[in-house]
Amino acid sequence: MNSTLIEKHVTPISSNWPTWFAAEQKTALTDYEQSPTPTRRHESWRFANLKPLDLSAFVDAQPVSSEGRLINASSGLGEFSAKMVFGNNALLHRSAQSLPDGVIFESLESAAANHAELFRKYFMARPTDLGSSKFTALHKARVSTGVFLYVPANTTVTLPIEIFHWAEGNNASIFPHTLLICGENSSVTVMDYFKSADKLTALACGVNDLHLEKGSRLTYIAVQDWSSTTTAFHINSTNVDANAKCTALIANFGGGFVRGESLSRLIGEGSRSEMYSINPVEGTREIDQRTLQDHIAPHATSDLLYLNALDDRSRTIFAGLIKVEPGAQGTDAYQKVRNLILSDDADPNSMPGLEILNDEVRCSHGATNGPVSEDELFYMQARGIDRDKARRLVVNGFFNSLLERIEDAAVRTHLSGLLAKRLSVD
Amino acid sequence: MSLNIQNLHANIGEREILKGLNLEIPKGQIHAIMGKNGSGKSTLAKVMAGHPDYEVTAGEVTLDGLNLFEMAEPDERARAGLFVAFQYPMEIPGVTIANFIRAALQARLPKGEELDAVEYYELLYKKMELLKIPRNFTSRAVNEGFSGGEKKRCEVLQMAMLNPVYCVLDETDSGLDIDALKIVSEGVNAMRSPERGMLVITHYQRLLDYIVPDVVHVMVDGRIVLSGDKSLALKLEANGYDWVEKEALQQA
Repeated sequence: MNSTLIEKHVTPISSNWPTWFAAEQKTALTDYEQSPTPTRRHESWRFANLKPLDLSAFVDAQPVSSEGRLINASSGLGEFSAKMVFGNNALLHRSAQSLPDGVIFESLESAAANHAELFRKYFMARPTDLGSSKFTALHKARVSTGVFLYVPANTTVTLPIEIFHWAEGNNASIFPHTLLICGENSSVTVMDYFKSADKLTALACGVNDLHLEKGSRLTYIAVQDWSSTTTAFHINSTNVDANAKCTALIANFGGGFVRGESLSRLIGEGSRSEMYSINPVEGTREIDQRTLQDHIAPHATSDLLYLNALDDRSRTIFAGLIKVEPGAQGTDAYQKVRNLILSDDADPNSMPGLEILNDEVRCSHGATNGPVSEDELFYMQARGIDRDKARRLVVNGFFNSLLERIEDAAVRTHLSGLLAKRLSVD
Repeated sequence: MSLNIQNLHANIGEREILKGLNLEIPKGQIHAIMGKNGSGKSTLAKVMAGHPDYEVTAGEVTLDGLNLFEMAEPDERARAGLFVAFQYPMEIPGVTIANFIRAALQARLPKGEELDAVEYYELLYKKMELLKIPRNFTSRAVNEGFSGGEKKRCEVLQMAMLNPVYCVLDETDSGLDIDALKIVSEGVNAMRSPERGMLVITHYQRLLDYIVPDVVHVMVDGRIVLSGDKSLALKLEANGYDWVEKEALQQA
């Protein structure tokens, strides 16, 4: 029999965690059970649809039916340096073709045992806390594996690392985790794919921790492509030290209800965080994103650009805050959400925000809503392209303009291809 | 076989712009329409293309006998063989020229048939060479950040790729310096064919030195008021439009 997700007696079936972490998981489960379920009275859940927060239907994910099928289907870039494939909370495959010496790329639970000091220092060390602490507690209580990547100082991983997380089975619940630590002056690109093996409803409750030490470079791309009825929480915490640069792009292609939270903490002078997201939504899907650009150190830059294209009766919620702490003089911070409205019934909600505790800063924020330009449609139709295809091309173009900000040409081309496929314009 | 415009009346809002325009361009010929700003030249091009801002109140346009106005959507007209090179082409952010033209060609294929990518790029590069367009252009977004001249070349490139039966070029010479004008004209001349009719709209005679028309028409206040051979263009260049307008008034 399947066990329901939150039955108290449930302890992870085959826990490979060290005992000290298993104890922390028990505490986390208690936290989850004792935290109140959010209501709309909470500012951080304003406008949100709360029905999906009832998780009582979800059950423990069973082992996947065919590991080989999922491993074969886990193909992304033509060239990559290493890969991990997870299915229903188990590591199915790990390969490392070309990782430089000293790079640690292993499952989270083995890293907790083999690299306990690093693990303890970084694993969920900086809570995001933008409303979903109840669900991050659930994540911690139930996480059974995930990615641990440590790139030592002065090390460049040339080709991207690819990670696949699969969900399979009706009402399966999975808890993906990606922990990335970039040592001083290191450089790496990571592609994190989230996919459904079937069209069934699942629960995904994932966390990614990105830690950039001084002078490091990280490009982190999350391609979320869950089934269109899946409930997903994706909680991100990014910490950027002096002169380091993080470029993070979240593409939400799937999911029925997706709650995303992203925190960027600019903790070192001259650090830079780029926070990008592209969200094509249709049907009755809802993408709810909350962000915080926390400027702690001086002369740091953050640049947030979220693009939503809403069709049918879909909904998006964006609530973002730029917070400039007292010591963060010389801050340069941008925050922009653009909604392309494809239907009269679509419902975009934007709440950009600023909280500035230092006068010597440059900040801008804003939100725009606009329809597809009739002139653009006419021009494309005048070339023989039918209206529906023209519309999809315009949406594709809208998102592609953001993909141009991804430096790695192979990654950019790959993403562009995935996007074209998603929008049926390829 | 012709592009035949009969008694065409068209409005924008309440205002009538085309007031009974008649014009026939047989296949194999190039006709030019000249006229002052505001005479309705660009309206004619947009009405034929099917721009939603204009309302046709009377008359008809046929392409080799096919009634253009029975095709409600602009894309049907384009696939039927009409191409309009616009005076002010739209920018389409994020859509590359290569993908745009590919989508337009794909739209002309039967359902289920795929455009051959290798052949497509071969043809595209060949046409680009003719128009002296550098190859890196293909990965630029359509018209975005283009100079006036680049936009016009891009229009002619699309025309060359889509192989239309009837072409309407609206002020394709505006914004071009003399070198660009020559290149664009060569591109247009390369498309001269017994199987194709062309209508060139301009208010400068200069373009007609390079694209030599079979017939020149003068448009005043929404009608063609005078037609003649290419010498008419020279006469207009020398004497202006006032005398044509006077003659038109006298005839009316």
